[in-house]
Parts: sequence; structure tokens; C-alpha cells
Amino acid sequence: MRIALFIACYNDALFPDTGKAVTAVLERLGHTVEFPMAQTCCGQMHYNTGYRREADSLVGAFNDAFRGYDAIVTPSGSCGGHVRHHHKTETAPNVYEFSEFLVDVLGVTDVGAYYPHRVTYHPTCHSLRMLRVGDKPLRLLRAVEGIELVELPEAESCCGFGGTFAMKNSETSVAMLQDKMGNVRKTGAQTLCASDNSCLMHIGGGLGRIKSGVRTLHLAEILAATR
Amino acid sequence: MSRDEVNVVWLGSPTFPKAAHDALQDDQLRRNLKHATTTIRDKRLRAVAELDDWETLRLAGSQIKDRVMRHLDTYLLQLEASVTAAGGVVHWAEDAREANWIVTELVRAKGATEVVKIKSMATQEIGLNEALADAGIEATETDLAELIVQLNHDRPSHILVPAIHRNRTEIRDIFLREMGKHGVPAPDDLTDEPRALAEAARVHLREKFLRAKVAISGANFACADTGTVGVVESEGNGRMCLTLPETLITVMGIEKVLPSFADLEVFLQLLPRSSTAERMNPYTSLWTGVTPGDGPQEFHLILLDNGRTKTLADTAGRSALHCIRCSACLNVCPVYERTGGRSYGSVYPGPIGAVLTPQLVGVGTSDHADSLPFASTLCGACYDACPVRIDIPEMLVHLRAKVVDAHRGGVPKPEALAMKGAKVVFGSPRRLAVAERLGAIGGRIAGIGGGRWLPGPAKKWTGARDVPVPARESFRTWWRKAGRG
Repeated sequence: MRIALFIACYNDALFPDTGKAVTAVLERLGHTVEFPMAQTCCGQMHYNTGYRREADSLVGAFNDAFRGYDAIVTPSGSCGGHVRHHHKTETAPNVYEFSEFLVDVLGVTDVGAYYPHRVTYHPTCHSLRMLRVGDKPLRLLRAVEGIELVELPEAESCCGFGGTFAMKNSETSVAMLQDKMGNVRKTGAQTLCASDNSCLMHIGGGLGRIKSGVRTLHLAEILAATR
Repeated sequence: MSRDEVNVVWLGSPTFPKAAHDALQDDQLRRNLKHATTTIRDKRLRAVAELDDWETLRLAGSQIKDRVMRHLDTYLLQLEASVTAAGGVVHWAEDAREANWIVTELVRAKGATEVVKIKSMATQEIGLNEALADAGIEATETDLAELIVQLNHDRPSHILVPAIHRNRTEIRDIFLREMGKHGVPAPDDLTDEPRALAEAARVHLREKFLRAKVAISGANFACADTGTVGVVESEGNGRMCLTLPETLITVMGIEKVLPSFADLEVFLQLLPRSSTAERMNPYTSLWTGVTPGDGPQEFHLILLDNGRTKTLADTAGRSALHCIRCSACLNVCPVYERTGGRSYGSVYPGPIGAVLTPQLVGVGTSDHADSLPFASTLCGACYDACPVRIDIPEMLVHLRAKVVDAHRGGVPKPEALAMKGAKVVFGSPRRLAVAERLGAIGGRIAGIGGGRWLPGPAKKWTGARDVPVPARESFRTWWRKAGRG
């Protein structure tokens, strides 16, 4: 199976460790992965903000970059959801969010990870409602050795990020963030995990500002951790 | 006042972010909203889970509405013929002004100076109460929550629970202060017990029901084949309005028509479970024209357009007209939960308001309407909750594109420049790599200089959130250096 990594523009620049973690997990499971260097951005930010013309111009380039792969794996539920729903191209159906790919395509839930910390999981909206990943990330986390997984109250409530919403309606965004942070702190978790760095950037940015001591980590980074 | 301003009442209030700012300062409002939406959300999930065929029902509801929109002209003409044959009179109103004029003339013709009203968002949309007041006619809302809102000279905050933003003590104070000015006053020793509040309202309203010669209602549904009009409600006050007065005037948005009486089977299951989380609403009133010696002897049905045919013309936006006003989308919306309904500045709040209102008044006509499609994180909870499967998130981005396109040309806003800039950067992997290197250097310099508090537009982020410092080395650089690509 030819597997391509689709590392989403903001992961590339801001969270390269997530891409490295995805690579490590897939290679540990015996797969060879490729990173098509021609990839840039799926156009979700443009599309969702109303700049459809600009978004459309990026679709063809995405398709060209990923043509010929059996699976295109991304650690971003939201970018993955955007491509699958809105790119009307030959490559779109082959795009998988990381946890979906592990569970549905590779049929794996135990990836041999070790992470001996108290963790809570936030199901990001696009993973949850666009991609319908369900409990796949949780099944992967439950199989991690040493982990203490605690339930996040009101887990399915949006964190308030919403892309450009976080700027355009920043006060409402922050009000939602405060509730999310309150729920995270109730769990007493040391680590907040999610399958999307964009939501984690928002929640982590808030948790950092109040010096909560809670760390935000992408699912892939927990799954990549070993003894 | 321009035509657009009268189309959907209250537009002209601040844009969503500004209105939300005020709502967010009100701690009591936020607590009331959180309590009410959480309670009804959980109840609704249980009520829906009881039905094995919920998803099939949703699909059926969606398909019937699709058919109505495809053949709206046919069904409306059929409805007109059926209502007329049953002894009713049908009027067509192109906009708010025309609808208000028709109602006012009908009330005047009966020599009435007061009317009782029930269950009508359409009349709120056109500002009928205000128009009647201008003509010297006092209209009394008889739905308990709407009465509370009306007595307080307030605006509804929710489709189903218009006074969701008021608690019991506030309601007692409103009753004590206002009821006496409009009829039977509240007793001096009124407590904030629900039973006492309900009794005060009952006594106050009973007098008006028995005196009113004219009633005005909305309609949840109207069946084209039989001419039957229907209203569902919880309190029975609607039943009083629909049966006691001599004349009944119903104002109905043209999208409320259903092809046949049999279609009610679907909607009378979808609506109560989605809205009040009940298996069946307590009162379902259906009437077909007039019946000699029984109920109102004169029935007028006003078919209101007011922007609806314009909405229908947009194939990607028209499904906003499928809405059956259950308010399930409001109750699950995290934005609504924080800001309340009044921030949306329209009689239609929440996610459905954010897609319906801009279409009814026209995208690109006001900053207010244009701010509404952006009042969402696109979390998608509304789509999952909608009993007729309106894909609100998809419609929001469709309308955002219309807003952006309406403002293309002229001097571009900073956001448009940023988006165009980003497109250029993302247009080639080489340009992206250069931008990432510059961003990493700039970001780290800003980080060293205490850049957790950035100036200008970035303040909207750093006001409450730290910024991630760009990595020293992007993923693509790492990949290349590791000799992988």
C-alpha cells in the first residue's frame, strides 16, 4: 500500500512534531510512508471564511500532489473532513484521519505505545461530526500502556476555535474556551489529547495563559511515545 | 425606514460580535441559558432515542420539504382553492408592509380595538404588533412566555421559549409592574412559584379571551389538499384564541404549506420531540375553513412572502425554508448558549437564524445581516439535531462566500488581503517553505520580546490565549534534511 502523509499547513509550520509522530507510528507498524513535497494547503481556511475562489485554486494542486496513493493520512480531522467533503477530486475519497486509518484500514488499536500519565480526550467537532470517527481515538488511547484515561465532562461541546471565528467573534470564542478549560481542569488530567492541533492550539493557548500546567498533545504524539 | 429594515424586525441593531459582547457581560443571562439549554438538550436526546425510525422520519420530513420547495407554486394555489372552498378567505402579501395593512384593515372592518394573538413568528417578523399599535389596536400575546416578553417591552430570545433568558423572580417583578397597565393586575402577594405565576397569567388572559372579537394566529402547517391549517402548542391558550373569537386571522409564511393532510403524520412526530422533547405536544388544533355555529365564523389566511421567494431562488440556500421552527438547533448551539437569541438581532435566532435572516433580507445589504453567517464555529451540532436535516454548516459557508463576493472590488479589507496573500503562499511549495522560514524567524523574535501579547488584529487572539511559537524547523524541512524526500 502506498501511503502518503498529508501534514496540513499549520502542522507543517507550527507543530512539526505531530507529523514526525505519525511517521514514527506508521513505520513502527511496518509501513513505508511518503511525504509528497508538492503539498501545501487544502484550502479549508479560505473555504470556511467565504473565500471560495481562492480555495478552489488550491484543490487542483492538492489533487496533483496526492495522485496515485492508496491512502492519504492526515493528523488533522478538520482538514481531512474538508477534503473528503468538499474536494470533488479522485484523491478525496482516499483521505483518512490518522485514527480512522489505524483502526479502519490497518485494523490496529494497540500500536505499542507507553504513556504513563493521566490523560483526558477532547473529540474535536470535525472529527466527530464530519468524519464520524466515533470512539476510534479512544480505543487507541485505551490500548496505550500505563495511561490513565479520564472522561472529559461535556466532551462533545465545541471548544470555540472555529478557524477565523476565533478572531471574528473572539469574545464568544473565549467564553466557550473558558468552559472547556474548566472541564479539562475538573478531570485533574496532566495531558489534554485531541486529534486536531488547531483546536489544541486554541485550548492550549488558553491553558498556557492561565498557567494551568496542563499539557496539550496530539493523539499521534501519545501513540508515538514508547518506554 | 427602508424596505429591508421592515422585512425582518430588529435588523439595524449592532452586528453579531458587538451584540454578543453585551450578552457575554451578563452573567445571569449566561447561567439561565446554560441551565435551560442543557436541560432541554438532554431531554430531547431521550425523547428521540425512543423511536426506532427517527432517522427515517427525518429523511421523510426532509424529502417532503424538498418536494414543497420544488413545487411551491402548485401547492400554494391548491391551498388557496381548498381554503376558499371550505369558506375561508385567502390573501397574498408580498412583504411586511402589505401583510400588516391587510391585517389592520380586517381588524378595523370588525370595529375591534383589541386582538388576542397566538403562536406567530411570522407576525413578529413583520412587526405586526407595532403596526396595529400605530392604528390604535392593542394586541395581546397569549402564549405565556410571549406575554412575559411583551409585558416587559423585551424581545424574544428563543423560538420556543421566548423568555428563556428570564428567571422566575424577574417574571414575578414584570407581572407585578405591568399587568395592571393592560388589564387585570397581578395579585399584590404574588410569589415566584410557577403555579402562582401561571394563575396570575391565566386570570389576566381569561378576561381578554372572553372579550376579544378578533384573534390572530400563526400556523405550523397548512395542508394543500384539504385546506386544513394547524397550530401545535403546550398551554391551551392557542386553543382559546382559535375557537372563541368571531374572526380568526392566520398569518403564515408561504413555506409552511404541506402537500397533503397525511404528511402531518411525519411532522407531528418530528416537531414535539425536537422542540419540547415531548412525545406529543399537549394541544394540536386543526381547522378547515369555517363551520357554521362552531368556532370563528370568519377565517382569513394571509400567505406571506417577505423574502421567501428570493430565498427559494438560491438552490444552495433554500433549504433554510425547510425549517419547522422547533428550535433544536438553538438548544445544541454552543454560540447561542453563550450569547442568547437577541444577539442575532432577528426574530429568528441561533443557527437557523444565521442562515435564514440574511437570506430573507438579502446578503450584502447590511453589516448586520452579513455578520450572521460568521456567528458559528461550524461545529455541526445543529445539523445533527435538525429534524428535517437542514445542513446548516454547509449553508453557513455558502452564505459566507456570498458575503465575501458581495464585497469584492473596491478597497479590499485587511482580511481579504490576508486571504489573497495566503493563497499566493500556498500556491507553491517553494513559496510556502520560504514563508515558513521567515515566520519561524519572526515568530521566535516576537517570542523573545514577550510576544505573547501581540498588537493589532492579533490582539483578538492574544487577549486570552498564548500564541504557539513557530517551530525552528518545519516538518518539510525536517523530512528533506533527514534525506527522506
